[in-house]
Amino acid sequence: MRKTARPQVGLFVTCLVDVFRPSVGFAAVKLLEEAGCRVTVPEAQTCCGQPAYNSGDRRDASAIARSVIAAFREFDYVVVPSGSCGGMLKLHYPALFAGDPGLREAASDLARRTYELVSFLTDVLGVEHVDARFDGKVTYHDSCSALRELGVQAQPRKLLDSVTGLHRTELPHADVCCGFGGTFCVKYSEISGDIVRKKAASVVASGAGTLLSGDMGCLLNIAGKLKRDGSPVAVRHVAEVLAGMTESPAIGDARP
Amino acid sequence: MKITSHAFKANAHAAMGNRTLRGALERMETGGFSAARVAAVARLPEFDELRDRAVEIKNHTLAHLDFYLERFEREVLAQGGQVHWCATAREARETILSLCRKADAKTATKGKSMVAEEIALNPFLEQNGIAPIETDLGEYVIQLADQPPSHIIVPAVHLNKEQIADLFLKHHAQYGKTERLTEAQALVGEAREIMRQKYIDADVGITGANFLIAETGTTIIATNEGNGDLTQMLPKMHIVISSIEKVLPTLEDACTLLRLLARSATGQESTVYTTFSTGPKRPGDLDGPDEYHVVLLDNGRSGMLGTELQDALRCIRCGACLNDCPVYRSVGGHAYGWVYPGPIGAAIDPLFIGLEEAADLPGASSFCGKCEEVCPMRIPLPNIMRYWREQAFEREVTPLSQRAGITVWAWFAKRPALYRRAAGIAVAALALLAGRKGRLRRVPFAEGWTAFRDLPAPEGRTFAQQWRAQARKRAS
Repeated sequence: MRKTARPQVGLFVTCLVDVFRPSVGFAAVKLLEEAGCRVTVPEAQTCCGQPAYNSGDRRDASAIARSVIAAFREFDYVVVPSGSCGGMLKLHYPALFAGDPGLREAASDLARRTYELVSFLTDVLGVEHVDARFDGKVTYHDSCSALRELGVQAQPRKLLDSVTGLHRTELPHADVCCGFGGTFCVKYSEISGDIVRKKAASVVASGAGTLLSGDMGCLLNIAGKLKRDGSPVAVRHVAEVLAGMTESPAIGDARP
Repeated sequence: MKITSHAFKANAHAAMGNRTLRGALERMETGGFSAARVAAVARLPEFDELRDRAVEIKNHTLAHLDFYLERFEREVLAQGGQVHWCATAREARETILSLCRKADAKTATKGKSMVAEEIALNPFLEQNGIAPIETDLGEYVIQLADQPPSHIIVPAVHLNKEQIADLFLKHHAQYGKTERLTEAQALVGEAREIMRQKYIDADVGITGANFLIAETGTTIIATNEGNGDLTQMLPKMHIVISSIEKVLPTLEDACTLLRLLARSATGQESTVYTTFSTGPKRPGDLDGPDEYHVVLLDNGRSGMLGTELQDALRCIRCGACLNDCPVYRSVGGHAYGWVYPGPIGAAIDPLFIGLEEAADLPGASSFCGKCEEVCPMRIPLPNIMRYWREQAFEREVTPLSQRAGITVWAWFAKRPALYRRAAGIAVAALALLAGRKGRLRRVPFAEGWTAFRDLPAPEGRTFAQQWRAQARKRAS
């Protein structure tokens, strides 16, 4: 792997950030640049292919994965502001191409270079604290993929605790799924609705004014439920708070 | 039992509207086994090493399954017992029936056995004039209620005390018990009193097996009520019904797995009873059955060897994946519509009842991965569910609407320039629809989402659009 003084990072924006919350992408760029990286956003990216992969459509998933592998070939690191898409690149691409001698090596090479955003900051770049301010009580939901596929748990908590003015409280059952699950939330919407009902109740019980997490899927789901219930709890991606970019309305909140 | 897996969504809908069931599931979630499991694991620092060892033992055994099963058979024969190889559920039922007839049985007591559920043994025995009597308290309760188990280790977990009190009042009147009991202890006492005579009267005792030991020809059951012991010791014939993957090479291997089993199941360090049965009563023994039979069931399992499904054969039926599954916690066990519910059911039911019938079970998972995390045998349950989804997609079992949706979406996802344009249009439309509210209460074609939650609105323009605009500005 090429090692330069300034790590060359390719940002995999993710389709949900691209569509629903571009500010998370800009927060990620800011965090990475402040940590000394040179950030590029390859144009040839759309989605990681997970909706196809988890729907059993292996052919389309492989086709999408191939173009992601090609688009991110030249970077020292590929950073993803999502545990779910990160897990797809890091764990499932190698599985997809395990029987394909032409792509097996390229897929494992991409996997080796791929990191979820917050754990990349702490574990690879050695970031200990961020220069940001957020006044309020927050709680953090562990997205399933970040937690179980990538081992992201302590890292976001550690960086959040370095934010000036921020008071963090643990979310009860933080490691229990929110019920998003990609296409699961529309295919089995009633079950998904029941699971997110419990998650929203835990968020309210935590007493926090803001819920944070590292995956847009969970955030859209939990915010959608909280807003449907008329809850005042604000929902944001953890990167927004760490980058000190919290001027825009929270997810699902009204615009001024 | 009547298979209703094809109606999973409707079953789930009904289950989520059932207040009693919700109460039971909530009790299970808050005060139940999963917290006890976490505590038990925390008390055993070598738990993860034990898991690794157990996985090795099982993988080794499965790689040499024929060898260990034949060794097991030899040892059972050497101890004076008999082994019956059954390829199908039907063969197993008929074998057990003919053994019962040989013993001239009117009644057969039964220890808890999921394999007996799998082969639908009870209704078959009843049709043939033999009364099966469940002796595990939970199984006894659901037998009275005429329901299938809703959980692998706590079959009546969906019922509450009041429902059990009503069942006992209705069914125990024939024994002169006409008082409606409400205390748990009193209910247990009454069931025990009635059961006592049935143990003595039974001609045949049927148990399952948690493990089969190749080196000694032993079968092992792990129970908490002692009912299994009375079931197998008192009648003149003991029939063990077990599936082939339960075999382990040695007693020491069984000890490794037993250390995982109770901790993962209930958070106990060990079950109250762990009973080893090796052959019939020998000359000089004070008790034990005159005849000892082991019915070995394949029922498609040997076909799992060497496939993506092989890892599921490591399962020791602890139920941990059910206890921690968010979907199981919402819908309970009956919604799955066949014998094995929860994540392990989603992984293996399609094999037994067909993918056309069971496709919703591996479909209905958020892939949160909690099942794999708690599985003592490290079975990659989400991967196995994904395997079934791939099979369903390829074999066009997946509904056309879903396949078409994915195909159209993928068509765009494979064409970045077009995708960017389409995303830009969609985002602008959604943002316009939402106005200043920042969220949408209803979105056409997304009722699945908006029936239960709002859809947060996009911020206005896609990241790609904004990034390009910025890059242009920087360049100029």
